[in-house]
Amino acid sequence: MYTQGLDALGDESLLLPEEELAELEARFQAKIDADEKIEPKDWMPAAYRLTLIRQISQHAHSEIVGMLPEGNWISRAPTLKRKCILIAKVQDEGGHGAYLYSAAETLGISREQMVEQLLSGQAKYSSIFNYPTPSWADIGTIGWLVDGAAIMNQIPLCRCSYGPYARAMVRICKEESFHQRQGFELMMQLCKGSSDQKRMAQEALNRWWWPSLMMFGPSDANSRHTEQSMRWKIKRFTNDELRQKFVDATVPQAEFLGLTLPDDALSWNEQTEHYDFGSIDWDEFQRVLAGQGPCNQERIAARISAHENGAWVREAAMVHAAKQAQRAARE
Amino acid sequence: MSDDQQNWPLFEVFIRGRAGLEHKHVGSLHAADGQMALEHARDLYTRRMEGVSLWVVRSKDITASDPDDADALFEPAKDKIYRHPTFYEIPDEVKNL
Amino acid sequence: MSRAEAKRSYPDLGQSERFRYVLRLADTSLILGQRLGEWVGHAPALEEDLGVANISLDLIGQARMLLSYAGEIEAAGRDEDRLAYLRDQNDFLNLALVEQPNGDFGCTIVRQVLIDAWQLELHTWLEASTDQRLREIAAKAVKETRYHLRYSSGWLIRLGDGTDESHARVQASLNDLWKFTNELFSADEIDVLAENAGVAPRLSELHSRWSVRIDEILSQATLTRPVDVSYGWFGKRGEHTEHLGHILSEMQFLQRAYPDVTW
Repeated sequence: MYTQGLDALGDESLLLPEEELAELEARFQAKIDADEKIEPKDWMPAAYRLTLIRQISQHAHSEIVGMLPEGNWISRAPTLKRKCILIAKVQDEGGHGAYLYSAAETLGISREQMVEQLLSGQAKYSSIFNYPTPSWADIGTIGWLVDGAAIMNQIPLCRCSYGPYARAMVRICKEESFHQRQGFELMMQLCKGSSDQKRMAQEALNRWWWPSLMMFGPSDANSRHTEQSMRWKIKRFTNDELRQKFVDATVPQAEFLGLTLPDDALSWNEQTEHYDFGSIDWDEFQRVLAGQGPCNQERIAARISAHENGAWVREAAMVHAAKQAQRAARE
Repeated sequence: MSDDQQNWPLFEVFIRGRAGLEHKHVGSLHAADGQMALEHARDLYTRRMEGVSLWVVRSKDITASDPDDADALFEPAKDKIYRHPTFYEIPDEVKNL
Repeated sequence: MSRAEAKRSYPDLGQSERFRYVLRLADTSLILGQRLGEWVGHAPALEEDLGVANISLDLIGQARMLLSYAGEIEAAGRDEDRLAYLRDQNDFLNLALVEQPNGDFGCTIVRQVLIDAWQLELHTWLEASTDQRLREIAAKAVKETRYHLRYSSGWLIRLGDGTDESHARVQASLNDLWKFTNELFSADEIDVLAENAGVAPRLSELHSRWSVRIDEILSQATLTRPVDVSYGWFGKRGEHTEHLGHILSEMQFLQRAYPDVTW
């Protein structure tokens, strides 16, 4: 809703006299400081709008691309119950992508524009989904770690200053609570199973641990947007704070499973009362983000082919709707 | 085929959570026609028994108030406090009022 | 009033025949659900990913109930997963129609309409079967199936009465898949025994109701009903097209590679 004329609104503010703009910005910031929500047609600084569009659409793209590594196992899930759980989970991810696209559309960008940005490689999505899922244990690990990390990131966003985004996140967090639990439960089953199953679980953990830590984004020292985003309350904790929280929560869970986290430097720090952990390979992070991860091409190719193969279907539906409207008008 | 012909318009979705409640806006979706929009709304917004009734409406058919008009639209009601029951002082011993 | 409550008495259906009849229904839902699962993440629009996933979930849910019931009838200790994952293709009794590849979205929709209309008539009838468990399962399934047909027929009408391209595509898929509809209504000895026992409907009656429904949908979709052909596959007797083996090799992979463990 409210998408019409919003581009114009953003542009108009550029034409405003400086003092008037400063006044608007001050009022805007005061609203945010008072924990009031910003709604779609409210005045907002162009940079706030653009930052939100970037953040929400990246988040949406991540959900959509995120359907693929897990979807890879729908046909091979080892029991019918697991198959149902996995379909429902992948379906939820599609749903979350849709809620987020819907939130972003209130800012004046269309779904088509966002999809176009994803398919052309212009838009980013979470680097984690460029890793492969060669074994069934990857499905458990994604639920446990990747959804665990996502939940850490997302819960604070339920209080984000932009109303439609905050509301979408409330819905998403509510639905996602089962995702992490089913992943952990899947891992529990493997870890108490045969030696083959345990090996599968450990190998998957080795694959996903570091990429999961990278999900929180660059360290605070190198994060370009953190400070402004915190002031606008579209981010409520820094990347490093959330990453630490995630490590602290996950270490005991791995111990419970009897699995070893692939980090020799991992140890409890009595002073800080947090776990210390080894340094992240940021080169790898940048490489994957830049398109050189193990599955970047495959993921985008899958999205492009779904889009292109569906073109005739989407078009036929529009043509049919137009015919129906014509018929109704004639009656 | 031009892209426009493939792009389904935006619909807003309203759900009645259960009988006795009003329909509430929950978000939007894309569909080629109203029937499809209803089905999409069902699949997208009621996967967990969130509703018993759905409305969908083309987003472009909604006329919305402008935040700039908020003062003119809503401020004038502010000082009409005599519209609220608490405006009137009635002695405690008078019952059923 | 269900047929069980009717004053008429029915000959009993033997254990092995009842087992096989229930398996036919179970496998048909299972294999179709498995096929639809292939679409998730690859559908023509994000909203359709969700729609197809919902139908897939309904079908696998039906299959689970039916397989569990089949396992109980057989009383040999096989649960839903042993039946789904550890039978070879000759023992799968699904209709050959549902194992056909997804093809393009239109082909999937054509397959879906043909089977949804069949399942809707079937489940409606089964709500009054002499078999109590089938009655219970059908009571739940019939609501799901009604939605499936609404979804699939809505799409078939859009695609049939859409662009020239979409019309040509779905007409071609309809022509291709029509030969598999023969099996839906060709009664063999198990169908006849199940019918006599009041467990299952008479397939020829189902056929006429199905035909009316299909003709109505095809007419709205401006599609031409293909001519019936006598040639037919009989998946329900374990005689399958080449596709089922591939479905099973994928679906059953983990259970076969790592036998006797819990997942």
